[in-house]
Amino acid sequence: MDSFIVVSLIKTVMVFAVLLTTLAYLQWVERKVIAHIQVRPGPYVVGPHGLLQPLADVVKLLTKEDVRPPFVHKALYLAAPFMAMTLALMSICVIPFGPVIRVGGVSTWMQLTDLNIGVLFVLAISSMGVYGVAFAGWASNNKYALLGGLRSSAQMISYELPMSIAIASPLLLSNTLSLRTLVESQAGSFWHWNVLRGPFPQIFAFVIFLISAFAETNRIPFDLPEAENELVAGYHTEYSSMKFASFFMAEYSNMITVSSMAVLLFLGGWMAPWPVRYGSSIVPTVVFAFAGLIALYHGVHPARRRERYSLPATGIVFLAIAAIFLLPIVQTWLLPLFWFCAKVGAILFAFIWIRGTLPRFRYDQLMGFTWKFLFPAAILNLLVTGFLVAWVS
Amino acid sequence: MDVILFLVFALFAVACAINVVVQTHPIASAISLIGVMASLAVLYLLLGAEFIAAAQVIVYAGAIMVLFVFVIMLLNAGAESKSGRSLVAQALGVPSLVALLGILAFFVQRLFPRESATHFGGFTGGTAKAVGKALFTTYLLPFEATSILILIAIVGAIVLAYKEMD
Repeated sequence: MDSFIVVSLIKTVMVFAVLLTTLAYLQWVERKVIAHIQVRPGPYVVGPHGLLQPLADVVKLLTKEDVRPPFVHKALYLAAPFMAMTLALMSICVIPFGPVIRVGGVSTWMQLTDLNIGVLFVLAISSMGVYGVAFAGWASNNKYALLGGLRSSAQMISYELPMSIAIASPLLLSNTLSLRTLVESQAGSFWHWNVLRGPFPQIFAFVIFLISAFAETNRIPFDLPEAENELVAGYHTEYSSMKFASFFMAEYSNMITVSSMAVLLFLGGWMAPWPVRYGSSIVPTVVFAFAGLIALYHGVHPARRRERYSLPATGIVFLAIAAIFLLPIVQTWLLPLFWFCAKVGAILFAFIWIRGTLPRFRYDQLMGFTWKFLFPAAILNLLVTGFLVAWVS
Repeated sequence: MDVILFLVFALFAVACAINVVVQTHPIASAISLIGVMASLAVLYLLLGAEFIAAAQVIVYAGAIMVLFVFVIMLLNAGAESKSGRSLVAQALGVPSLVALLGILAFFVQRLFPRESATHFGGFTGGTAKAVGKALFTTYLLPFEATSILILIAIVGAIVLAYKEMD
């Protein structure tokens, strides 16, 4: 019992430390990727390649003046960012990152807690998440903020339907609501993942889920609640300093949760794309060694003077990571973690990529798209899956 | 532990429910109602009905209450003013409430005798599988009848809304 509490505490601290660091650096990655899509360097001044930019941003946001406009609904105005942040961080506690890990005789799952209704828990939390945005818009006593809040609540209700129905069809294949069991049912190769698995590959459900996920997290092309050219900044117009930052962090945290859910439901969670006996265990080593060699090569032929030292150092770190992946002691838990992070990272990259590519929807297009196309498509997919699963079994 | 949790959330639910009626501003009432829904979900969870608990949060706290809040925000409803209570209500309010609660308690006691008292964790039929099985075998007819009833309500709402537009 005591060891359970200690292990749980350690896991909680680790998960949240990693999550919050990822949040900060996801923003850096986003700015960099968008910048390169638009053929400009992006953050470049603070640290090498702007790597210390998130730190500078945190200091800036913490020390900024916290303005509270008059005539706001005080309690709700203060509670809204808190609500958005709390609800966004809550769902991470049922997300499994990997299999059992053993440290000094204590074995534990790489997951804070496993609920037998894990999928429903995430759905419930994400359906509550709209209140932070809606109340922020209402309590600000600002018509642009109010419009943002209204749009957000209408959008969330509409897109939750296709999302839930898209989630239901892989659950039919895996026959469980626990996220851990869900991943275990997709073990094997990539054609055992729910996105490609028989009797009916869930490729449509995956696409519908991703589209609804963009709307649920208020990302471009569905970021109408904060459409800056019509609503100033939407629901967080009147927020400054850390309160503004909490909305920002909530959005990125929701992005991570939704990407993890996509990976767990459709892409086999922490499972490798093909079995170890065909050499999936050396993929991380090859990837990191290749990256290290490229960095070393560019370090030998530097384009700028300061890269003569920074690039070889990076290359050596990458080669060391590649060597660590070969150690049999850490392989049992580091490999699943690698695959999980790689898949989540790929989906997060798609989020950013689409932000750099697509323009924003018009509001009637947004609503027409979900009710007239996405929702019927999701129901059709569920029907076909249900019939085929019943027919096969 | 279960009893403490039960007491905390039951009291919270009752306090929120009273707050729904007492508050003059519609948004404050709506937030209290969300509190009631959420604490009811915890009570379901304590009784072992985890699927119902999740459905309670998803459907009531997450969808229906969002619609309520949406409508309140859309109409920009302001605070209601308290009307003076009538003499009859002041005189008979508390006694009739006590009488109603007494009658309710009496019937609950008669209908559910002591032997069938609920124990925390004693009920295991609350999983999604058990609920689904019950819905599609034992309670198939009421379940389908309810869904048709809801469909009729939706169609009726659309017809009424169209009439007003013309």
